[in-house]
Amino acid sequence: MMLRIKRVPTVVSNYQKEEAEEGDRPAGGCGRNCLRNCCLPGAKLPLYAFKRVNKISCDKGLVDCEDKEAPVAFLDSLLLGEWEDRMQRGLFRYDVTACETKVIPGEHGFIAQLNEGRHLKKRPTEFQVDKVLQPFDENKFNFTKVGQEEVLFQFEPSNDNEVQFLPSAPIDVENSPSVVAINVSPIEYGHVLLIPRILECLPQRIDRESFLLALYMAAEAGNPYFRLGYNSLGAFATINHLHFQAYYLAVPFPIEKATSGKITTTNSGVKISKILNYPVRGLVFECGNTLEDLSNVVSDSCICLQDNNIPYNVLISDSGRRIFLFPQCYAEKQALGEVSPELLDTQVNPAVWEISGHMVLKRKKDYEEASEGNAWRLLAEVSLSEERLEEVKDLIFEAIACHIYDDKGVTPTLLEESDVTPQSLEDVDALTGSHPAMVPA
Amino acid sequence: MESQLGLIEQSFDLRYSGGVREALNELPDSFTITDPCISGHPIVFASNGFLKIFGYSKDEVIGRNGRMFQGPKTNRRSVMEIREAIREERAIQTNLLNYRKDGTPFWMLFHMCPVFGKEDGRVIHFVGVQVPIPRRPRRSRSTVVGNTGNLCENGARFREGMFRCCRREVCLDTVMELGCGSALDSVSSPDDREIEINEPCETSELEKRKANAAVSNVLSVLTHHSELTGKLVCGKRCCLSGTGLLGSSLNISLGRIKQSFVLSDPHLPDMPIVYASDTFLELTGYARHEVLGHNSRFLSGLDTDPATQFQIKECIRTEQPCTVRILNYRKDKTPFWNLLHISPVRNASGKVAYFVGVQIDDSCKNQEEHGLSPQRRQLSVVGAVKVAVRSLSIGASTS
Repeated sequence: MMLRIKRVPTVVSNYQKEEAEEGDRPAGGCGRNCLRNCCLPGAKLPLYAFKRVNKISCDKGLVDCEDKEAPVAFLDSLLLGEWEDRMQRGLFRYDVTACETKVIPGEHGFIAQLNEGRHLKKRPTEFQVDKVLQPFDENKFNFTKVGQEEVLFQFEPSNDNEVQFLPSAPIDVENSPSVVAINVSPIEYGHVLLIPRILECLPQRIDRESFLLALYMAAEAGNPYFRLGYNSLGAFATINHLHFQAYYLAVPFPIEKATSGKITTTNSGVKISKILNYPVRGLVFECGNTLEDLSNVVSDSCICLQDNNIPYNVLISDSGRRIFLFPQCYAEKQALGEVSPELLDTQVNPAVWEISGHMVLKRKKDYEEASEGNAWRLLAEVSLSEERLEEVKDLIFEAIACHIYDDKGVTPTLLEESDVTPQSLEDVDALTGSHPAMVPA
Repeated sequence: MESQLGLIEQSFDLRYSGGVREALNELPDSFTITDPCISGHPIVFASNGFLKIFGYSKDEVIGRNGRMFQGPKTNRRSVMEIREAIREERAIQTNLLNYRKDGTPFWMLFHMCPVFGKEDGRVIHFVGVQVPIPRRPRRSRSTVVGNTGNLCENGARFREGMFRCCRREVCLDTVMELGCGSALDSVSSPDDREIEINEPCETSELEKRKANAAVSNVLSVLTHHSELTGKLVCGKRCCLSGTGLLGSSLNISLGRIKQSFVLSDPHLPDMPIVYASDTFLELTGYARHEVLGHNSRFLSGLDTDPATQFQIKECIRTEQPCTVRILNYRKDKTPFWNLLHISPVRNASGKVAYFVGVQIDDSCKNQEEHGLSPQRRQLSVVGAVKVAVRSLSIGASTS
């Protein structure tokens, strides 16, 4: 039995049409100035060649921790300028800055937005939600079908390790570039899609190279309020064409304020911790001897989840210094009818941004009644249970065993005994009585 | 043109009577005073106590931002908390790991508090007090290093004690689980030092009292010396900042945008300028206080085309962005063609809060910087301002 749910998908491109998903696209030229062979030859786009930074450090004088005071980075300027340009050209379905938003009062600071226009569509489509890995389907919508005007620039590593920008560069069809495109139904200002090697039409699944690209982008932007996110299939990815999302919001996300308890450190220096005092259980990855080390540990973990058909979301935060991994099971619960109707009514699909604490609400009623308790309850439904997370964690650790082999002779089981229960009890004590304690499902 | 150092001098001189620096230096405590209205949120005063603890000279510190004392092991959570407190213009007390000039790290209790202007309720300065936390000898640590026998017995109690510590991400578990015996010998001394550094030790009431007293003293001196100039300050916000001038955090964020632009408030009579970037002041030759509170029409003059001015008015009325080429005049009366882009900027309520005007000197318009055309750079200012205004007003209702 295949698990399916009905969902109104989010439109991310102006050329995303439902018919395309049903499979009757005509072949040949389309007159839409897209990125396929019909329109691509001769096309030019700006090209941003980034510096492959070896390590994001916090040393004074190098990368600023307090990025608020550092001048706006060039990548930021480029992205913001291009985005505003598309804004003024009317390419977005609505002005996201006209959507009311607020921080929900409480200890965690969940962020709610009232956005009635984001999920507007007539007929809901059925999504298969029980397979994290699904082959790319040319007949369904993918990003080569977007209009070129929706693409802001190509994003490639620089050849000589210096940042380079070319306002107009040809697109190398043989060696597909990665690009940054707008999301026409933005969650926040600057909402873009990072599409690795777009012309290769990779399905939505993480691989080492793509994840590293996303991490480089986070580091290059150097802005702690520019975060990248990833949703696997089954965890509310809308399109089965490999992409990351990113946008600007200059407030801390609740997940970023959550405490964490260290589990272990890999021998490449990547620290892996468990998220504490937060409704969604998951792991945090940080540090690492090099950026690439951090990237590989995370992508190997994601690959493990994919291979085991466990849907998950990833948040790259703090300019690439901290990466959160959330295995989830909400879609499965939904398909099996295990989610309360009250929660289903809000029609919040808990993807990476919602899980991180940024909720986009469609109904005024939900927005006005938004409370920390509600937010917590919704996210708690998304979370794996404590036991299940332990199982998943073990799976991951087995998969990345090569990274944490410890020549001091300490076995992984010993290292896992960073029994954080005393801490979490403490946290509960410290909380006000206003929201429910973390109860393992 | 106001130099950075000049602005820093003024930060004190305009607000406090002479002798304030000497009076502050009579206090034994370690503290710094920063000005959020100057681009970069720099330190404008550092006490002798501070310089002694950190090992810097006055010149090495004045004009710099507080993050210069942070380093690789500085806990990001505390940094985030401080950032939030600045944004919300409130006091905070938190443990923070800082580095001295010689590179040695140390833990301190950092207590920061805003100083408000009495008439307008604006934040004039932030006072930051540093109280070093001495490393108290811990039974646990000596147990780990020397007496292996006790470790296992006291294991459980020891662990509890550790977790009552302020910093939760303690790496001690690895050491503990190694158990007794020879395994401990393999815990080399660098690990021990690392453990020491990662542990902040608990702040005792003593440190907190010291911090509170220091802040109190500094505020007294500042308040007293502000009475003499008539521009009073106080430790609590006495009235709502209704003059339209921006809060510190928005000021700080906008200060990062190194281009010429102003923010005007359409809800105030005659739509005055409430923010002007340093580059704008350089371009037009005016000082900040000559510009804030005035409508930007002062830039226009005899030969400015009234039709263009009307076009601007219309765009503002309809809340639409527009680009015009308008003849403007600097303070010294020299004219220049201003490629001006104006756009409405909404805050978290979704309604228009400001209009941003981004100026390009037409004679420089073909200068590309990094390959970005001036027009694109203008739009990037609009984007950056939109992000800042929206984000920084998001929590307004709750604070």
